[in-house]
Amino acid sequence: MTPLRRNLPALVVFACGLVFFLIGIARGEADTVLTKAINLCLECIGVG
Amino acid sequence: MLGKVFSSAGKRLRLWVQVCFTALTNGYAAGFFKGKIYTGSTKAICVPGLNCYSCPGALGSCPIGSLQAVLGSRNYKFSFYILGFLMMVGAVFGRFVCGWLCPFGLVQDLLHKIPFPKKLRKLPGDRWLRWLKVVLLALFVILLPLFVVDIIGQGDPWFCKYVCPSGTLTAGLPLVATNPALQAAVGWLFAWKGLILAVVVLLSIVVYRPFCRYLCPLGVIYGLFNPIAFYRLRVDEEKCTSCGACQRACKLDIPVWRKPNSMECIRCGDCRRACPHGAICSTFSCPSKEKEK
Repeated sequence: MTPLRRNLPALVVFACGLVFFLIGIARGEADTVLTKAINLCLECIGVG
Repeated sequence: MLGKVFSSAGKRLRLWVQVCFTALTNGYAAGFFKGKIYTGSTKAICVPGLNCYSCPGALGSCPIGSLQAVLGSRNYKFSFYILGFLMMVGAVFGRFVCGWLCPFGLVQDLLHKIPFPKKLRKLPGDRWLRWLKVVLLALFVILLPLFVVDIIGQGDPWFCKYVCPSGTLTAGLPLVATNPALQAAVGWLFAWKGLILAVVVLLSIVVYRPFCRYLCPLGVIYGLFNPIAFYRLRVDEEKCTSCGACQRACKLDIPVWRKPNSMECIRCGDCRRACPHGAICSTFSCPSKEKEK
């Protein structure tokens, strides 16, 4: 079995992941993550 | 003798990688003194391990926290961004992330070095307890943030809010300790999360990585990729005598000789170092002719 064929599942998953990731950025999900992450998450620290 | 030197060097390398990666991704040291969190744009990007974005030093975001943030927002009911990130990291590393790059994994590793009269291989009911993390992923990370929403359609990050001891340790404790306003606001929720943290800390001394085994939803996701990731383990069937030395060396009690790519394996490398026949190697170091079990 060639290395390419042996790693084909990983390659397909990685490629799909990359497409999903880029779709997510285009949809503005990264901004949602940023907004959540730069504000103190009271739930995370056990206060809110 | 030489084998012992290499074995010790391998273990130390992992510890150094864990320490350096944790320091690198939590490098905003001023945050710990000021009692504030970093607010730069790098926080739009996730780090691979469980690393609370409200940790004062955090430069990136926790993938589990981010997933709940997106699912719980009123604009999205599916997260391409986080799922894509997890697929890319999972496809390359699988649970190698847990063993080498996760800050809370490092904390548990260090706690397990504390001497204790009777260390346990696993907790009673281990087989069933392992399913707890799957339930937490399905319920607390996905379903509850998605469907239990307030009047404007926003859901809570249930896992972060009610379970995550990593957030309590790396964000809750340092922020509450340095911020008087937060000290005035702590209540039963902080006590509950403190209790979970205390149980995990105490268990970590007795059992190896109890949080990763029984509670971590991120480990469930990366575990799914273990059998297909670029980084996998291989057992050379010609060299393997099924002696079980790998399983005895594995702190997670995985029969590596039968299941080298078990979803529970965090790729610590102890089995490779313990194999007396050198039968276990990774896809990055093996000759390609060796068969994968």
